[in-house]
Amino acid sequence: MLALAARRIIATVIVMAVVALFVFSLLYLAPGDPAAVIAGDQATPADIARIRQSLGLDRPFFIRFGEWFWRILQGDLGRSIFTGSPVSELIGQRLGPTISLMVLTVAFAVAIAVPAGVFAASKAGTWVDNCFMSLAVFGFSVPVFVIGYVLAYVFALQLEWFPVQGYTALADGVWPWFQSLVLPSITLGCVYMALIARITRASMLEVLQQEYIRTARSKGAAELDILFVHALKNAAVPIITIVGIGIALLIGGAVVTESVFAIPGLGRLTVDAIMRRDYPVIQGVVLLFSFVYVLINLLIDLAYTLLDPRIRY
Amino acid sequence: MALLEVEDLQTHFRTPDGINRSVDGVTFSIESGQTLALVGESGCGKSVTAMSILRLIPEPPGKMAGKIRFMGRNLLDLSDKEMRGIRGNDISMIFQEPMNSLNPVLTIGRQIGETLRLHQGLSQKEAEQRAVDMLSRVGIPEPTRRVGEYPHQLSGGMRQRVMIAIALACNPKLLIADEPTTALDVTIQAQILDLVRDLKTDIGAAILLITHDLGVVAEVADRVIVMYAGRKMEEASVPELFANPKHPYTEGLLGAIPRLGSSLRGATARLSEIPGMVPNLKKQIDGCLFSERCYKATDICRKIAPGLEEKAPGHVAACHYASKEMVPA
Ligand SMILES: Nc1ncnc2c1ncn2[C@@H]1O[C@H](COP(=O)(O)OP(=O)(O)OP(=O)(O)O)[C@@H](O)[C@H]1O
Ligand SMILES: [Mg+2]
Repeated sequence: MLALAARRIIATVIVMAVVALFVFSLLYLAPGDPAAVIAGDQATPADIARIRQSLGLDRPFFIRFGEWFWRILQGDLGRSIFTGSPVSELIGQRLGPTISLMVLTVAFAVAIAVPAGVFAASKAGTWVDNCFMSLAVFGFSVPVFVIGYVLAYVFALQLEWFPVQGYTALADGVWPWFQSLVLPSITLGCVYMALIARITRASMLEVLQQEYIRTARSKGAAELDILFVHALKNAAVPIITIVGIGIALLIGGAVVTESVFAIPGLGRLTVDAIMRRDYPVIQGVVLLFSFVYVLINLLIDLAYTLLDPRIRY
Repeated sequence: MALLEVEDLQTHFRTPDGINRSVDGVTFSIESGQTLALVGESGCGKSVTAMSILRLIPEPPGKMAGKIRFMGRNLLDLSDKEMRGIRGNDISMIFQEPMNSLNPVLTIGRQIGETLRLHQGLSQKEAEQRAVDMLSRVGIPEPTRRVGEYPHQLSGGMRQRVMIAIALACNPKLLIADEPTTALDVTIQAQILDLVRDLKTDIGAAILLITHDLGVVAEVADRVIVMYAGRKMEEASVPELFANPKHPYTEGLLGAIPRLGSSLRGATARLSEIPGMVPNLKKQIDGCLFSERCYKATDICRKIAPGLEEKAPGHVAACHYASKEMVPA
């Protein structure tokens, strides 16, 4: 287990270095001259040249990458071109809402989609199964912002169960915090839930055919026990995988969701930074997301070994 | 009253191309402590019969009719909950494939302890302790270590021993063993059979033994039923059936078997091949189901299905041409 963790952490560092190189070259790959954009419409060529120089755009790529990477390793993500404040500070301010949104979304999705998939599989071919799977197709096919506006209209404007927009920090009370995130989490989680439910169903269908399930029945185990103890643990590996991979999906969706519900999170920060070509901020956010994603994959690999004794690295 | 009385059991499966009459009107009974063997070619409905007794047939597509009386109660009338109280407790089952019959992600101890926790209300700890006892009883060395291991860490023979430990943990009154040794190699087969026999005498359970292996029948069974295409064709005590088979199908099965008394131990005394194919169970056939393959068949066989008839004391067969040798009353 420890050896595995060590090996995976080394791999993680390498992956992160590659990601960093990619993130850094964003500046060169993206269309348009960042210096010109930053300088604005009224800028003279001299202004642009000055900005380019201050960004260091006039020096060779690898030298700048080396400097940049060295600073990153020391925890310095640079400063925003616009506000001048450190990127790490900007990210820090926006981290809370986004982490809250993500965690709650994953929690909701797993709590709803996994049992739904399990029951759909156990009732395969019946109306229960058909209902769940139609819902899943629906979840896939309706765009996030449509779901968001419909939910906000029904549950916030009409029923007034939840606030329409905005975010309440956890420090200001657990219940208001929770309330402010219910609709955004469900909105963001729709596709994710549909994905998890479908994979759970498929994985469970296969496991339920296995002979050890028949053995469990022949021992007199109750149906719920068979589904959630005997079968689900065997079906878990693909489910955990999709839960992890799906987080990449959520990162994209968070940007839209945060806009719809006016949540001051990283999604908003990213959108604003992209609009203004605030490269240090973009690079910082992308690096952070990549890091989170790589970290989650590491956790998933560790989870495999806990769930299935046959898996050893 | 017999321990188990199966009466006119019919288990049919609805399939896209018609109804599969996998078990079609089978009647038999098992006394306490008795070993009844069920033999027949592949696909003749042996496993379906066994699974029907425990009501493990998926419904749909399956559908069961008839009566399965266990200690006087018709199992087909019980609620699901009552049925769960019988499974693994009064009646337990060993399956053919020890490789796939154990749950790969649960420890051996957990799997043996499960029936004890379900049926005897033991705590996790007590159940685990009893699991260790059961493991040593079925002859697995180092039971305290093995109890925490997973199935993939055991050999095939050991896994089948674990299955036996699971099946016998609650001292069942009836043990259904569906080809318990088919997947094992010959030396292990003999060990497992010895084990089943020893434990059977220990706890006095009756056994329904399903097998392809007539050597096994000769060695461990008291009575034997020959099934063909979902029907019972012949039933007799083991020595009687081997010495005096009445049904041409049974004769065919026995064809390749060395005479009783010669050592069958370890020999793969499989059922012999009979030319022809098992009829399509989805078609309604009027005459004898075996007539297409029978060397004795005549017109009457193809028109009228013979009923089961007592041909000798305690020996029934379903054949128009089986000779009767009744002792006059
Ligand atoms: N779930 C099911 N759905 C449809 N048909 C089934 C099902 N289970 C069994 N059958 C059919 O029932 C028939 C009898 O099968 P069964 O497994 O009882 O044979 P068997 O005598 O045990 O054969 P073997 O010696 O190969 O184990 C087969 O034709 C099989 O296709
Ligand atoms: Mg079978």
